[in-house]
Amino acid sequence: MKLVCAQEITDYGLRAIGIGERLLPRSDYDLCQQFVLIGSGLIWNLYYGILALTIGFFIANAVAVAKASRHAWLRLPAEGFIFLFRGSPLFIQFFLVYEALVLLPRAGIPIFGFTVATDWLTKAWAGALLVLVLNTAAYSAQIFHGALMAVPKGDLEAADAYGMTGWKRFRRVVWPTMMRLAWPAYTNEAIFLFHATTLVFFSSFPAFRQQGDALYYASYFADKTFNPFVAYPIAAFYFILLTLLLISLFGVVNRRLNRHLPGAQKRIRYRPQLIR
Amino acid sequence: MFASCADPASLEGLQWLMCYLTSGTHLLFYASFGTVLLLLAITAPIALLFGFGGAMASRSRIAPLRWFGQVYTSMVRGIPDIIFFLFVPIALDQGLEYLRHKILCDSNQSVWQGNDFVVCAAAKLPLSTSPQWVHQAYGFGTAVVAFAIVFGAFAANVLYGAMNAVPRAQLETAEAYGMSPRQVTRRVLIPQMWTYAIPGLSNLWMILIKATPLLFLLGVEDIVYWARELGGTKTAAFSYPHPDWRLYYFLAILVFYLLMTWGSQRIIDRLTRRLSRGQATMGGEALRKVGA
Repeated sequence: MKLVCAQEITDYGLRAIGIGERLLPRSDYDLCQQFVLIGSGLIWNLYYGILALTIGFFIANAVAVAKASRHAWLRLPAEGFIFLFRGSPLFIQFFLVYEALVLLPRAGIPIFGFTVATDWLTKAWAGALLVLVLNTAAYSAQIFHGALMAVPKGDLEAADAYGMTGWKRFRRVVWPTMMRLAWPAYTNEAIFLFHATTLVFFSSFPAFRQQGDALYYASYFADKTFNPFVAYPIAAFYFILLTLLLISLFGVVNRRLNRHLPGAQKRIRYRPQLIR
Repeated sequence: MFASCADPASLEGLQWLMCYLTSGTHLLFYASFGTVLLLLAITAPIALLFGFGGAMASRSRIAPLRWFGQVYTSMVRGIPDIIFFLFVPIALDQGLEYLRHKILCDSNQSVWQGNDFVVCAAAKLPLSTSPQWVHQAYGFGTAVVAFAIVFGAFAANVLYGAMNAVPRAQLETAEAYGMSPRQVTRRVLIPQMWTYAIPGLSNLWMILIKATPLLFLLGVEDIVYWARELGGTKTAAFSYPHPDWRLYYFLAILVFYLLMTWGSQRIIDRLTRRLSRGQATMGGEALRKVGA
């Protein structure tokens, strides 16, 4: 018996990162091809989502603390950053950053005798990632700042009573509580970010050698077959799986963050996007 | 626009810029900001209506209606909205053309010919003989439907949550007064749910504003379309030659959106204050203390 879609998986399984068949299917467009190729595109969604979330997490923490700072020179830039990226559409941010990166000199920028190459920045893997990192950093920073403001006063007084100050107090008392309070909203943000990665190849960033994300291939098939009722539901199916996976992963972290509290087994109620 | 702009080649400096910014295509660019505002003005009430229907359906006692409502409200949880924006207009277009094909044409012929979707000329939507504005209005209309469906689902989420947030005791009291389920809904549930719905709905309004540039993906000539069109490099063959200025056009759009969201936030803050007056919530309590 022939393995399910074996031929298609060897041909197109890693097509999105340039391994396997070079040409996209041009006839037939059977279910196997669509399932495998759209799934292959999901590699890019995972790449953008995971990297942007990881890098953005650290920036968001720094920005959230800066926004809570007493010093205006720290607070104002943080507020401006959050306002800029939360107040404008991600779609426009993609366009703007792409146009700005294109204007950089092609040959590179000479610094101290070295030439810093710039052409890689206009590629989707770097430029779009940059936008996504900054975008999610701004949204997460707002969430973390809200949580930081909600840290109970009693916790801080208890830390003072133990003689904890500065970094130690932040690391041991403030930060864990801030994460615990922010986690449900942060879960939403993570899910939204993964959904937002589908925008990358529909903004101005070009798909190098037709190596695109899941929605890029879905719309390729929908255009070729004039039938939106197969390719888009396949992409939707993959994203539902991805969302469920994210919810369970973040749920594990949430239980760990809440393990000292009664009722820690409670699941996060996922309210899509509405907390953004 | 101005008589002095008749010969662009002779213009200099500020006057060149003034003539450039009032050229015919630029006026279309400014008008496209109106397209965005129109989309917001049309979509918001329809989406709210869809959301209300979805929320009521998910609370229904009739099982199939309830399932429909629950599927509708939860579909946006797992699926990126962009998929809907790409899917709905094409699906709608094909569905309508298919129906018209069945009615208006020789229906023995299948619409599927190989990988092509072909309907007879009389079934085309809009007809290929229609003027340009009909095509534009049709494209805009399908976009509005797509936006209304997606944001209706979001609104249904918010309203469903808000309806559940109305204290049980309120509804039970109404029942104790002998009101029928319908009266309870109309006289107690709906008036009371708005305070709980406002934070979610205002958030949704912000998301709707930030989703409007996706009109570009649907082929509508919106601000993104014109920014790319006007900003691109213009050679000497054009009346106003200039290098690649797309960055500046996108900066202008960015400022437009920042102003929109900033202004909306101010209005929402006021509205929230207004609605929490006299409510047994934290916000209402704070207002009462200030007043007392």
